Amino acid sequence: MASVISCFLPNAEYDRAAKGLLGAAEKMAQDLGTSHVAVCAGSAERLLQNAVRHADRVIRLQCAELSADRPESCLSSLHAACEGLDAKAVLLGQDAWSQELAPRLGRRLNGCAIGDAQAIEVVGGAIRITRSVYGGKAVAIVQANTSPAVVWIRDRAFESAAEREMLAGLETLAVTASGNVDATQVTGRHTQSDSDVRLEDASVIVSGGRGLAGPEPFEELKQLAVLINGEVAASRAAVDAGWVAPDLLVGQTGKKVAPELYVAIGISGASQHLMGISDAKVVAAVNTDADAPIFKHCQFGLVEDWKNVIGPLKARISAMS
Amino acid sequence: MKILVCLKQILDPEVSPRDFELDRTKLRAALGSANLVTNIFCENALETALQLKDSVGAEVTAVSFGPAEAEDVLRKALAMRVDHAVLVRNSKIDQFGSAVSSSVLAAAIRKLGDFDVIMLGREAGDWGEGQTAGLVAEELGLPFVAFVDTVEPVDSGTKVYRQTEIGREEIATQLPLVVSVTNNAANVPRIPKTGDIMKAHRQELTSWSLEDVGLSEDSIRQSAGGTEIVDLFIPERDTICEFISGDSIDDRLQNFAQRIVDVVRRV
Repeated sequence: MASVISCFLPNAEYDRAAKGLLGAAEKMAQDLGTSHVAVCAGSAERLLQNAVRHADRVIRLQCAELSADRPESCLSSLHAACEGLDAKAVLLGQDAWSQELAPRLGRRLNGCAIGDAQAIEVVGGAIRITRSVYGGKAVAIVQANTSPAVVWIRDRAFESAAEREMLAGLETLAVTASGNVDATQVTGRHTQSDSDVRLEDASVIVSGGRGLAGPEPFEELKQLAVLINGEVAASRAAVDAGWVAPDLLVGQTGKKVAPELYVAIGISGASQHLMGISDAKVVAAVNTDADAPIFKHCQFGLVEDWKNVIGPLKARISAMS
Repeated sequence: MKILVCLKQILDPEVSPRDFELDRTKLRAALGSANLVTNIFCENALETALQLKDSVGAEVTAVSFGPAEAEDVLRKALAMRVDHAVLVRNSKIDQFGSAVSSSVLAAAIRKLGDFDVIMLGREAGDWGEGQTAGLVAEELGLPFVAFVDTVEPVDSGTKVYRQTEIGREEIATQLPLVVSVTNNAANVPRIPKTGDIMKAHRQELTSWSLEDVGLSEDSIRQSAGGTEIVDLFIPERDTICEFISGDSIDDRLQNFAQRIVDVVRRV
């Protein structure tokens, strides 16, 4: 039977990203009238245990060459697995490893690849992907004309699926990774930020931009964030100026976040930044310029200099809690 | 060490939304008053390559696929002191994506000979597909690392650093290798010197047709078939911002704080 495959890389865990990916694949399989097969290159127990509630089949790859430190082995073993599954579509998350291998997997499967999917539709049997283009100034609908369509999605923007009544069986599939899987090998991993929560998973984010005019105000932003159980982020201007670490960057070339609340302080709202926050539920902004584009993308805002805002805001919020 | 860098000319992504218009028939942006510029991530790749030229004497070749105007990005690359520049001219095909670009670039690279590292930008500021680099690697049968911000030559190959959602990975690689480059503080593109800009206009620039690299208009149209843009539009914004009101700044701050707390309590 034809299938939609959700693909999980070796380091994938059962987090919001995985839920979104399983949800997107379930919906797509329904729309296409195919089965949903979850393929896991890793063996995270919670992921496997939960995947069986959201798929027709869950396959754990067994592959001697497969390693969480060798990207080429992941590509090659996922290719081998997908080949035998009559895939109409292969869905991947937005992590660096998935983005890296998606186009190559599409090519190896003689299909096509489309990235950064914000919405997926099936129209007359054809897969159509909605994605931002021109730095967020326009939206394109891209149709896959060859099969399978290998699509990496903004995983956290997709709804998780309802639990199935029947659990899928957990299968093991033995595959061989061919080619030179030792050509690239991870020899070290460095976490840059001092927070344990990934920005992509944060439910509250306080973000600063060019308007803050230096690194010091970000300390204040951090204190504000702590008060509302949030994380600190930044726009490109603040990162390029060296005020904060690059892994705090939100936008087209940084993280695509999906918090319940995003508070933008001293951020004008360039389209490249807005691309990173289009999945936020509520956006609030503080800016001196009432005509700043950020105000066209937020639910409520305060036209004020941040210098007059952060201190009193901290005091008032702690008084309320 | 021989390095090849691919450069793409795009519509200036900094054009203001007010001046941004679409050509609805061709389903792409209209040029309007915008400039054509080198895609920024391609320039980050170029800078990364040029730093290796400065440090270990790498020989750097720049290649672009595009219309005659794309000569500008190569003249600028020459002014930044690449050793060779090659334009593969495209005069006929209006709209093409990464499938076409990658097959043309790979054909040009094959004709140019062997390289140790092939560098491309992580994505372009127009369509942002982020696929060309990976597809060039597939075309050439080479390993690939995406989102690289540093390349260090070592005895056995290179050590590259790449950005991920949790920080950075250090990756030991064999050569030859294809990388897509992202920006960091160290690869901000250099500003060419005036003298070098003048000189660049007189320097040799190789110009090839599609046929020169063994392709034809027909053959590349076929490689474009995988995906199709079926619609392109400027999104309507239906969000109406409620500007927090109040008689005094104290009132407004209080109201703003209350709204924040209301949302946070629902989380």
